[in-house]
Amino acid sequence: MGFLDIDNVTKSYGSVQVLNSTQIEVEEGEFLVLVGPSGCGKSTLLNMIAGLEKVSDGEIRINGTRVNEVRPADRNIAMVFQSYALYPNMTVRGNISFGMEMHGVPKPEREAKIAEVAELLQITHLLDRKPGQLSGGQRQRVAMGRALTRYPDVFLFDEPLSNLDAKLRVDMRTEIKKLHQKLGTTIVYVTHDQIEALTLSTRIAVMFGGDVQQLGTPQEIYDNPANMFVAGFMGSPAMNLLPARLLRQDGVMCAGLKLADGSEVLLPFPRAEGLDRYAGREIVLGIRPEAMTDPEGADRDSPALAQVDLPVDVVEPAGSDTFVTVSLGGRDAIGRFRAHTQARAGHPARFAFDMAKAVAFDPKTEARLA
Amino acid sequence: MARSASSARAALRNLLPRLVLSPSVALIAIFVYGFIAFTSYLSFSDSRMLPSYGWVGLSNYEKLFSLRTWDIALNNLAVFGILYIAICCVLGLMLAILLDQRIRAEGFIRTIYLYPMALSFIVTGVAWKWFLDPGIGLEAVMHDWGWTSFKFDWIKNRDMAIYTVVIAAVWQTSGFVMATFLAGLRGIDAEMLRAAEVDGASTFALYRRIVIPQLRPAFLSAFVVLAHMAIKSYDLVVALTNGGPGTATEVPATFMYSYTFTRNQMGIGAASAEIMLLTIAAVIVPYLWSELREKR
Amino acid sequence: MSIPLSFGRISLYLLLGLFCIYYLLPLYVMVANSLKPLDEITSGGMMALPSDWTLAPWRSAWSEAQVGVEATGLRPYFTNSLVMVVPAVMITTLMGALNGYVLTKWRFRGDTLIFGLILFGCFIPFQIVLIPMARTLGLLGLSGTVPGLVFVHVIYGISFSTLYFRNYYAAFPTELVRAAEIDGAGFFTIFRRILLPNSGPIAVVCVIWLFTNIWNDFLFGASFSDFDSQPMTVALNNLVQSSTGVKEYNVHFAGAIMAALPTLFVYVVAGRFFVRGLMTGSVKG
Repeated sequence: MGFLDIDNVTKSYGSVQVLNSTQIEVEEGEFLVLVGPSGCGKSTLLNMIAGLEKVSDGEIRINGTRVNEVRPADRNIAMVFQSYALYPNMTVRGNISFGMEMHGVPKPEREAKIAEVAELLQITHLLDRKPGQLSGGQRQRVAMGRALTRYPDVFLFDEPLSNLDAKLRVDMRTEIKKLHQKLGTTIVYVTHDQIEALTLSTRIAVMFGGDVQQLGTPQEIYDNPANMFVAGFMGSPAMNLLPARLLRQDGVMCAGLKLADGSEVLLPFPRAEGLDRYAGREIVLGIRPEAMTDPEGADRDSPALAQVDLPVDVVEPAGSDTFVTVSLGGRDAIGRFRAHTQARAGHPARFAFDMAKAVAFDPKTEARLA
Repeated sequence: MARSASSARAALRNLLPRLVLSPSVALIAIFVYGFIAFTSYLSFSDSRMLPSYGWVGLSNYEKLFSLRTWDIALNNLAVFGILYIAICCVLGLMLAILLDQRIRAEGFIRTIYLYPMALSFIVTGVAWKWFLDPGIGLEAVMHDWGWTSFKFDWIKNRDMAIYTVVIAAVWQTSGFVMATFLAGLRGIDAEMLRAAEVDGASTFALYRRIVIPQLRPAFLSAFVVLAHMAIKSYDLVVALTNGGPGTATEVPATFMYSYTFTRNQMGIGAASAEIMLLTIAAVIVPYLWSELREKR
Repeated sequence: MSIPLSFGRISLYLLLGLFCIYYLLPLYVMVANSLKPLDEITSGGMMALPSDWTLAPWRSAWSEAQVGVEATGLRPYFTNSLVMVVPAVMITTLMGALNGYVLTKWRFRGDTLIFGLILFGCFIPFQIVLIPMARTLGLLGLSGTVPGLVFVHVIYGISFSTLYFRNYYAAFPTELVRAAEIDGAGFFTIFRRILLPNSGPIAVVCVIWLFTNIWNDFLFGASFSDFDSQPMTVALNNLVQSSTGVKEYNVHFAGAIMAALPTLFVYVVAGRFFVRGLMTGSVKG
C-alpha cells in the first residue's frame, strides 16, 4: 500500500466513462507525473484526488485513510492551478494567508509562515502587490507559495507551466524540481508536455483515452515504451515507427526495411531473438532518432551497431544537431546526426543503427514485442 | 455518532447551494407561474368585482372578442406595434450607421440620443402631451410665429391620436435601438471590412452586402425587446392620451386595467391579460429556447 | 487619422445635429416652460425662453400643488419613491448575486432549466399578475403600503438581477472557487470573500437597471398604492390628469423634471453602466 492510493478509480459523466479503472500507488516523497494529450483523463484524475470531482467508483486513500467523502479542505492537500487562480482582490500576502486563515491559524503564526515561504520563493518584495501587477513567473511563484504554507501530505499541480513562455517554463521547471528535492513532499503533477514529464518525475503515468497506458520511471518509459502510443508520445522528435519485416538470415534475427527504390535493407536485430513465431511477419520497428546517427557519432560500445548507406531526402540543421530524413519502410525516418555532418539532400549518407536500442511492436495490438 | 453528525453536515453542505436558490425559485413559482395559472382560471370564471370561482367556460373570451373596445385595442396594438418597431429599427439603424463614420464627439452625441431611455414613460407622456396639444404646443407656436394655417391636432383627433403614441414611443426608445445596432457594428471584424474595401466595394455596397446582413442578431434582439415593450405599453398611453379621445387610443394593457379595476369585469380583464401573455410568449419562448440551447 | 471636411462630412454632421435637436427638444420644452409664468405658455410662447424667469412653478410642484386630497406638492411622493426604491434594489441585487453564484459555480442537474424558468419572469406582461397580487397583498396586510410595493418589485426584479449576475459569474474563473475550496473556504465565505469583491461592475449595472426600472414603474404603483403611498410617477400623472381648476402647465413640467431627475442623474454619471445594462437586459441568456 502506498502513501497515496488510487485504487480501481473510475469516473463517468452519465453514461460516458472518461476514466477507466485506474490503479496507481504513489510512495511518500515520489514525484508522479500524469502525462497525455487533452481529454485523456489526467485532469479528471487529479481533480478527484483533490476532491473537486466525485469519484464514480473505487477508492482514493491518503496515508491509509479513505478520502472519497472528505471535502477538499480537509484532505491536507495543496494545489497549484493552471491559471494560478490567484484571488484578484487580495494582495499577494492575502492570497498566501487566505488558506491559513480559513484553517484558523492565528495571525502571528500566519505572518511568520508568509515570511518564510516568501523568502523561499524570493517574492518578499511582492507581498503587498495585487496579482494583476505581477508577471507570469511571479504569479506562478505566488501560487506555489500559497500551496506551500499548508505542509500538505500531497502537492497537486495542474499544468502549472503551460501559461508561461518557453524560456520561463524551463527556469520554473528547474525550480519545481529543486523545491521537491528540498521539501521531499509527495507530488502529483499533470502536464501534456512530455519533456516536463521526463525531466521532473520519479515516475510517469502516460495516459490516453481514459486509460493509463504505461506506468514507470522516465527511463523505462523512454527506453521500453509499452506500446506505440507511448513510443510516439514520449520523446522529441518522436520515435520513428517504421513498418518492417522480421526474418532470420544466416541464423541472425533481422529487421527488413523497404527503401524508396523498392530494395530492402536488413538490420541485425538481436533483441528480437526470442520472437521466432513472428519470423516472416510484419512488425513495426521503433527506433529513436539518436539511435540512427552518423557512424562517428554512434555509441561505439553498443553490442549491435549496423552501418548502412541510405539516400538522404532532407537535411535540417538545428544548431547542436542536424536532423536527416530518409525514407524507410514507406515512412519518413529521422536520424540525429552531429552538427557538422557531410550529409546532403539527394546524396547517400552512411547511417549507424544502434539496434540494441530498437524495439518492435505488433502492428495490430500496437503492444511492444521486444 | 460523530460519523453520522459529520455526514449530516456533509449532506447539508451538498444541499446548501440549492437551499440558497430555493427562496427565489419558490417566489418565481408562486408569483409568476402560480399567478399565471390563477389568472388563467379567473378568465374561465364568473369573477366580476372580486374573484369568484364559478366556471363559465369560454364565455369571457367570447364576450371579450365581441366588445368593440377590445377590437379597437387590438387594432391599435397592431398599428402601434408595427409602426413602432419598424420606425425604431429604421431610425436606429440609420443613426448607428451615421455614428459609425468616425464621428468626432461620438460619445456625446450617443449620450443625447439615448437619454430618453432613462426617463419614465409618464414623464415622456407629459412632455409630449403638452408639446402636441394644439392649444399651447406646436400648433399654437406655429400660429404665434405667423404660420396661421398650420394645423397639427392629431392628439385630439380620434383617427390620428394613436400615431402620437407612436411618435412619443419612438422618441423614447429609438436611441436604445441605435445603441444595439452600434454595438453590432462594432462587433464586425474590421479586417473583413478592409478586405471588402480592397475588393472594391463602395460604402453603400459594403453596408448593404456585408455589414447589415451580419447585424441579424442585433435585429433579432431589438425586435424581441420592442415587441414585448409594445405589447406591455401602458404608462405611455395613460400619460399621453389616457386612452382617449374617447376610446381612440385604447390598447390591450389599458383595456385590461379598466375592465378589471374600474368596470368590475374581472373575468373579461383576466381573459384579456391571458391574450397579452400568449402574444408575448409567442415571441419570447422560441427566442429564449434558442438562446439557452446555444449556450449549452 | 484626420478626415478632410468634404460636403458629405458636413451634411453628415448636420444630420446628426438635427437628430440631437429632435431628442433634446422635449427636454428643452420641459425645462424652459417650468421656469416661466403660466400666461407665457398659454399665449403660444412654448418654444421661447422665459422672458420673466421664475422658480414659482418648481416651488409649487414640490410643496404646494394639489396632488391628492391635500395640497402637499410632490414632495411626499418623491419620498415614497425613495423609500420604495432603496430597499427593493438592495434586496433584489443581493438575491440575484446569490442566485447567479449558485447557477454558475455550484451547478446541478436541471440548473439551465431553472434558469430558463426564472428568466421568463423578465418578459411576462405584468397585467397577468395584477389580480392575484392585489389579493395576496391584502392577505399579507400589505395592500396600499410602501413595503407592499417593495415586495412586488423584489419579486419581479429577481429575474433581471439573476440574469445579470449569472451571465457575469459564468465568465468568472471557476478555478478561483476551486482554489478557495481547497483553501478551506465554505459556500458563503467563497461568495463573500472571493466573488463579491470582484462583482463591482455588474453590481453597478444591476443596481442602475433596477433603480431606473423601479423608479420609473407606473403599473404596480397605480395598482397597489393608496393615496399616501403613491410613488412619484403615479402622483405626477394624477397632478397632470386632474381635471379640476386651471391646467398649470409650468407646474406639470417642473413636476415631470423632478420625476426624471434621479434617473437622469444616474444616466449622466454612470451612462456607460446604464448602456451595458440595457444591452444585457436585451440580449438575454
